[in-house]
Amino acid sequence: MDTSILTVLIQDGITTGAIYALLSLALVLVFSVTRVIFLPQGEFVAFGALTLAAIQNGHAPGTALLLVALGGVTLAVEGGTALRLAATRARFLRRLPSLLAMHLGLPLVLYALTRYVDLQALAMPWQILLTLLIVVPMGPMIYRVAYQPLAHSSVLVLLIVSLGVHLAMVGLGLLMFGPEGTNTKPFTEMQFNLGESPVSGQSVIVLVTVAALIAVIYVFFERTLTGKALRATAVNRLGARLVGVGINQAGKLSFAMSAGIGALCGILIAPFTIVNYESGFIIALKGFVGAIFGGLASYPVAALGSVSVGLIESFSSFWASAFKELIVFTVIIPILLWRSLTSHHIDEEA
Amino acid sequence: MTAFTSHRAALPVLFFATVLVLPQLGLPPFWVTLLSYVGLYAIVALGLVLLTGVAGLISFGQAAFVGIGAYTTAYLTTQLGLSPWVGLLAGIGLTGLSAFLIGTLTMRISGHYLPLSTIAWGLSLYYLFGNLEMLGKHDGINGIPPIAIGQFTFGNGASMYLLIWAVVILALVSVVNFLDSRAGRAVRALKFGTVMPEAMGVDTARLKIVIFVYAAVLAGISGWLYAHLQQAVNPTPFGLKYGIDYLLMVVVGGAGHVWGAILGAGLLAVLSNFLQEWLPGVLGTGGNFEAIVFGIALVIFLQFANEGLWPRLQARFGRRLPRQLPADAAPLTQIPKPARGEVILEVEAARKQFGGLVAVNDVSFSVKAGEIVGLIGPNGAGKSTTFNLVTGVLSITSGKLNYRGQSLAGLSSREISSRGIARTFQHVRLVPGMSVLENAAMGAFRRGEFAPQRGILASLARANRKEEARILSEARRQLERVGLGDLVDRPAGSLALGQQRILEIARALCCDPALLLLDEPAAGLRLKEKEALAALLDKLRGEGMAVLLVEHDMDFVMQLTDHIVVMEFGTKIAEGTPAQIQVHPAVLEAYLGGAQ
Repeated sequence: MDTSILTVLIQDGITTGAIYALLSLALVLVFSVTRVIFLPQGEFVAFGALTLAAIQNGHAPGTALLLVALGGVTLAVEGGTALRLAATRARFLRRLPSLLAMHLGLPLVLYALTRYVDLQALAMPWQILLTLLIVVPMGPMIYRVAYQPLAHSSVLVLLIVSLGVHLAMVGLGLLMFGPEGTNTKPFTEMQFNLGESPVSGQSVIVLVTVAALIAVIYVFFERTLTGKALRATAVNRLGARLVGVGINQAGKLSFAMSAGIGALCGILIAPFTIVNYESGFIIALKGFVGAIFGGLASYPVAALGSVSVGLIESFSSFWASAFKELIVFTVIIPILLWRSLTSHHIDEEA
Repeated sequence: MTAFTSHRAALPVLFFATVLVLPQLGLPPFWVTLLSYVGLYAIVALGLVLLTGVAGLISFGQAAFVGIGAYTTAYLTTQLGLSPWVGLLAGIGLTGLSAFLIGTLTMRISGHYLPLSTIAWGLSLYYLFGNLEMLGKHDGINGIPPIAIGQFTFGNGASMYLLIWAVVILALVSVVNFLDSRAGRAVRALKFGTVMPEAMGVDTARLKIVIFVYAAVLAGISGWLYAHLQQAVNPTPFGLKYGIDYLLMVVVGGAGHVWGAILGAGLLAVLSNFLQEWLPGVLGTGGNFEAIVFGIALVIFLQFANEGLWPRLQARFGRRLPRQLPADAAPLTQIPKPARGEVILEVEAARKQFGGLVAVNDVSFSVKAGEIVGLIGPNGAGKSTTFNLVTGVLSITSGKLNYRGQSLAGLSSREISSRGIARTFQHVRLVPGMSVLENAAMGAFRRGEFAPQRGILASLARANRKEEARILSEARRQLERVGLGDLVDRPAGSLALGQQRILEIARALCCDPALLLLDEPAAGLRLKEKEALAALLDKLRGEGMAVLLVEHDMDFVMQLTDHIVVMEFGTKIAEGTPAQIQVHPAVLEAYLGGAQ
């Protein structure tokens, strides 16, 4: 192996690792706020990548139609629960205009856009924005329909709901995008040299985006009231509720963030990895393997772990490509050993 | 067998008898095959009921253990020409060993890390099957011989059907037996945290590994049957999708119930079969409609029945039968008790520091047999920390902690309980679904005939009945002693708070203690309940029991105790009889902010 291959592998590893880091962040966020193990996280990656790919190929993405359907279902569920009681009925009717706008208006407008606008002609930032606008609202809608009625159930029940959502989304993904995998266009063709080694502009954009996003998330959680409310919910749901944090709002928000991070990861990863309707799951799981490094406590260590997973993956695909996945998922065993030896076991309810 | 005279107890026998004669009654081959698969799934799901439903440890990895069982026998019978029975033994050994190693590494993880890590190792085992040259890579292994006993081979569908369902019956009986044993009761408590079972002497870390291995071995046996039914194996059925399916079966059937496993396995196998056949005809073949419909149906199903189907069916079968106990069970052996008035607990200059904070500052006191000592003080005085030092929940920083002449420093709560110190909890820690009798019996965990953490194999085969009878009789005796003798068969969750606190004391008495530690036993009780509690403690004192209680209720403490220790800010400020304490200036200062 010469230095040029080495640089390419390292670059590849760091770039995918950064994306895994974002995904691990989203997984931890959703779990700590809602106790949901959000397996469908990966489907948002696939939906993001494939929606952008469809837009770039000039097709109307199926996700736009799915959003219309999901919006309708959400509205029906919202109305169905609210209209049963007189007390909630009035509030529901007051909120009706905004609910209609969010769940019917926006999806229909987006759908019309995908139908009647020449998508291929749009500049890439607009294509990306459109993709996010289509995919992100699905997060809170799915929370409202599938999770909110069961918000007080056990982790196991919530996990099984996740499985149901995962199965349905993968099936819908196949229906909307077909079995073929695709790449999206690179953000830039630029190449430059760092000392001896070539660096692609693409990797730089990914790294900068990830770093910026992590910074934004950090500021959000440290400096804004909404962010602090989410953290409070993660620490103590009952306590947060007593001081006026809406659990449902917190749930929807965390799902929106998770969908947004997922879709963005899909958009970032699609230029250099072929994404198909079912590849999101494995991508999100690798993010989780990274998160295990750091545990819940430390985001920087989790990020570092994710980058190591990216590096391990890129090197093992060079040396033993058949065993690539095997190696990545087996890495978890020594990490678990290390964690079980170093961490003190504390009973959570003690 | 009085149990069999009732209709409810006869139902399982009737069910299995029907299942076993079905092929003879002319069941079409299609159904024989489908039901064989139901049986294979049910064996795996039974293990998962134990692991996930009862103990609360979620695993996606069971399909991989099925794979280990299947590939082991496939390799041994085709490559080395060994008998399928050798394959079975080797498969059990290998799945058990793998589960032991994985379990040792992962069973300590909590929260969402455990289920997600099962996905990870499940996937890595799956990729291993698909990439190993010796296992035929993605094509797998063909030409596996059928199972044979002497001249008889299980060559056709009907004979394998019988074999599979015979194994289902054995697996079900073994799981039911296990849950109805000393260790099984401890497993049923695991879902509610490990502090209580540890305080009763249960090695919870070890117990989790035991059930993990057991669930894996059941999966491995299912894999063995699968390999010889199919006579071929490839990696697909051992992938994550199947790991997910097993979990679904358990949840849909009713996660905490053994019969839920069979119900769930049957429902899922039949349903997915028909969805696969029927949906493409209705919706076309353009997409994976089966998965979409299935996923959405699952979400809707959980909105209406998040406990699964079995509990709903069970509600129609009526209540559980009262448990019959033999009257002649020999009493459990007891630790020799100290003489009344003998000092049994000595706390000398006990100190606990959390970093720079001194929570307990060189506190000394002692407790004598036949005496009730109260530990009181304002909030944050360090009473609970002192309590946790004596029970072994926290470790002491410096000072002496002697019980009947031996040091308790550095011992775990498990070891402390076995010396004869039993405790109750400030927030009642009972297993709500278990009967009052079974909850009390938790206390006698360390007093069986088998060594404390053993007897699990015996319990699977129901060879532990003598031990069970002795433990349960002891539990009944202690319940009668505290006055709950009429409620033994009620679920503990249905008792009033006062009764639950008394039940906690009965459970503690089952530990055979000489010293009883009570953490705020009167908190939240009504007057009548407090009076009943005080009468009970008075009676125990009369029998020579030493009692140390932390309590806020002054009337209760003053009327009941012989001796009071008062703490404030981690330091002992006063000690004496209730009458002395009531007029002690430092105490008045602490409680009322200055005595004029």
